[in-house]
Amino acid sequence: MFLKVSLYISLFIFLLALIYKVASWFQYRIGIGAEKISTSTRIFSAMKGILSTIFSAEILALLRVFFLDVLLQFRILKEDFLRWVMHIFIYGGFMLLLLMHALDKTITVALWKDYIPTLNPFMFLRDLFGTMVIAGVIIAIFRRFILKVPRLFSNAMDIYAILIVAVIMLSGFFLEATKMVAYSDYKRMVDEYSGLSDPQELKSLEAYWVKEFGTISPNLKEPFDEKILAKGKELHESSCAGCHARPQWAFTGYGTAKIISPFGLGIDRVHLPRYLWYLHVLACMIGLAYLPFSKMFHIFASSISLLANGVIGKEKLVPANRTTLRAMELDACTHCGTCSLRCSVTMAFEEMLNLNILPSEKIASVKALASGKALSQRELKHIQEGVTLCTNCYRCTVVCPAGINLQDLWFHVRETLLQKGYPELLVLSPLSFYRGLMKEETGKDYEKPLIQAREAIAAQCDLLKRKDEVLPLTPKNRKLQSGLNLSAQAKTFSVCFGCQTCTTVCPVVANYKNPQETLGLLPHQIMHAAGLGLRDLAFGSNMLWDCLTCYQCQEQCPQGVHVTDVLYELKNLAVKQVREKILPSMEGK
Amino acid sequence: MMEFAFFIGCTIPARLSQYESSSRAVLKKLGVGLVDIREFNCCGYPLRNIDFTVFMLSSARNLALAEKKHLNVMTLCKCCYGSLKKADYLMKENDSLKKEVNATLEKEGLKYQGKVEVKHLLSVLHKEIGIESIKGKMTTTFKGLRIATHYGCHALRPSQIVGFDNPVAPSLFDQLVEVTGAESIEWSMKLECCGAPLWGIHDKLSMDLTLKKLTNGKKSGADYVCAACPYCHIQFDQVQKMILSQRDVIHPLPSILYTQLLGLSMGVDKKALGLEMNKIPISGIGELLKKETELAEEKELAAQKESQKRTAATKR
Repeated sequence: MFLKVSLYISLFIFLLALIYKVASWFQYRIGIGAEKISTSTRIFSAMKGILSTIFSAEILALLRVFFLDVLLQFRILKEDFLRWVMHIFIYGGFMLLLLMHALDKTITVALWKDYIPTLNPFMFLRDLFGTMVIAGVIIAIFRRFILKVPRLFSNAMDIYAILIVAVIMLSGFFLEATKMVAYSDYKRMVDEYSGLSDPQELKSLEAYWVKEFGTISPNLKEPFDEKILAKGKELHESSCAGCHARPQWAFTGYGTAKIISPFGLGIDRVHLPRYLWYLHVLACMIGLAYLPFSKMFHIFASSISLLANGVIGKEKLVPANRTTLRAMELDACTHCGTCSLRCSVTMAFEEMLNLNILPSEKIASVKALASGKALSQRELKHIQEGVTLCTNCYRCTVVCPAGINLQDLWFHVRETLLQKGYPELLVLSPLSFYRGLMKEETGKDYEKPLIQAREAIAAQCDLLKRKDEVLPLTPKNRKLQSGLNLSAQAKTFSVCFGCQTCTTVCPVVANYKNPQETLGLLPHQIMHAAGLGLRDLAFGSNMLWDCLTCYQCQEQCPQGVHVTDVLYELKNLAVKQVREKILPSMEGK
Repeated sequence: MMEFAFFIGCTIPARLSQYESSSRAVLKKLGVGLVDIREFNCCGYPLRNIDFTVFMLSSARNLALAEKKHLNVMTLCKCCYGSLKKADYLMKENDSLKKEVNATLEKEGLKYQGKVEVKHLLSVLHKEIGIESIKGKMTTTFKGLRIATHYGCHALRPSQIVGFDNPVAPSLFDQLVEVTGAESIEWSMKLECCGAPLWGIHDKLSMDLTLKKLTNGKKSGADYVCAACPYCHIQFDQVQKMILSQRDVIHPLPSILYTQLLGLSMGVDKKALGLEMNKIPISGIGELLKKETELAEEKELAAQKESQKRTAATKR
């Protein structure tokens, strides 16, 4: 009764949650142009896409991906053998237990007419599968907390996942073990199945079970007479063995039973097996009901992601399906951290301490963003910085065991955020090279982030606007000078004697008829501004941000001024100062 | 066997895989061993504009990884080359910086002591393998092909740090191009920047500079511009294609990667060269390779000359 009721309740919750989750795949609008595609169009396109793939030659590729990547997890194997063992153990063991043990009345019975759970191979296999899962969980804990795989962060979801699997498995094993020692369970079996009534015979059988199978009897204690045992064995073989294999075959449960045997009588007296059964069933039901909200949902989402991305190239998908796929992929992430281990810019995380730089953490933020959760401006700024600080090397996408097209996700989230309007100075670095190449896909506001970044800098440079101001010839801001010490060479600007060679050889200066009008200060003037501590003039000149870093100026300088390096350092300082000014002002809002 | 830690960086595997495959094929023929270190990360170049420490950490981590394997580094990209060279130089020059960087690397059990030599593909070909050895591997050569060599800023400058070639009058790349039988033309803007560093930051300016350079190459008589850097090549290829459509330029100067050029004359498998992957078509270049009959004639001619010389010598 309890089993049925709890099963139906949790199944009901599970199905509702599943519908809710799948519906979100068609509702979350991630990426450029996503706003314009209606949910119904997306559902229709998805169905059309799925059907046309299934009824085409691509079904073969689909099957291949299903066997190699979904079932055998080759993508994990390629990355990390230990992790593959871990995952295959947990998922393989669990799936087999689900099919053979939890669904035995529907599946196992249908396949093996004479199925009895206490008979081999079922009794042995149940323990074998369970042990596999436990071993997998131990490897998982070992990797996370002892081996400390780099940049593998454990969040509440990861711990829940480990915990729920561990509780289901351990309660199962302890249930089995306590039933082995419990006298009342022995008694029940004898009453129900043996058909014995002679007290002498019953005593012999009991003695045999106590001696051989670890039953703890309140009546009998070892040692037993050889004759009684022989009789017991005979009775066991005629009355029990037909449907109960030796408990030793359930090796984990039997081992546990041996350990807890000193408490055997007490365990039986407090009905521990019954409570463990409730715990076991309840844990399974909680696991089922909560599955769509937990990381375990990846069982479905990752499979779909692998199949979808493994078969269809991004280019072949219609925009509606691309948008849907991006939303679905958010659920496919298992937070395994492979992407962050291989990410090209992880060293930026070490220094800037913005978690959103790491792809495995960034995806959680993107999920929050897509779900429409209210995020503070600071959080948004951090997500924006995280998605922009990316070399677009595609490594995360290549290694993702769930086959998520992370690169595509970053690109779209980046463009949406950048064009929404927070100034992002990272766009003034060669990281934008990729943006330029993808120009046609960025939508209409391609230039906006670039303009905004320059404006944000200019806004911090008052002096630029007051062109008539008379400046003293003595250094105004010595802090700026001492700030230029990053590479220990940039200080060379102080020996500049103003020969203008740097400006003469600069290809950017040469590109303009009236360079000062467009560029502001020219290279030799920026060297002077640095010497005089004129922060605003140095930072705010377009020349600084239009520098090619071709090193012509530095190479040609007769005084050995490291012109390009000084420009680099001025840019670093400007970025730092603008960031420090912008972030706190966002707090207030 | 010569062996290097192969630093392919971020751009090549993602956007220019033909550079990687052609380089691997060519280097295999020349007997250079390549070790892939999966833990390599960004060289730091794009981050230099933003944060010096992030640049140093990224760059030095790569050096530390190579040092751990007792390997020197070979890059295919001039910007990776320049960045790694710069970081290597600073780690040797600046003790307090070295300590600071190593303190962070320490977390991963890494440390850079300064024992790695950073080399670019071209310097490996020229200095380690040598023009003569490359000549020995040629199966055919080009005839009537005029190439504009593009050196790349971050390989040449700052010369004090990179030490690639003479920064004012370099010849290394020209020699490497001429090995293939092609003519390396003289052009005034040879040492100028390709414009790529500003692509995505200031597109108009970037296009101005690229177009100016390519026009100069074309006017100087080049059939192709040749680069050995993913940024330069993509700028000359994909970005030039965008320029063509935007600025009414009719005659492009297509770009060929050096490893594609060399691979063709070494008879490397066409599939590895990926000529068809270039955005501005270059497959026509194959027609300028000498046919076998021509090669045979040439050999005969050379043999005749040789025997004439010998007879002349004996007469004397």
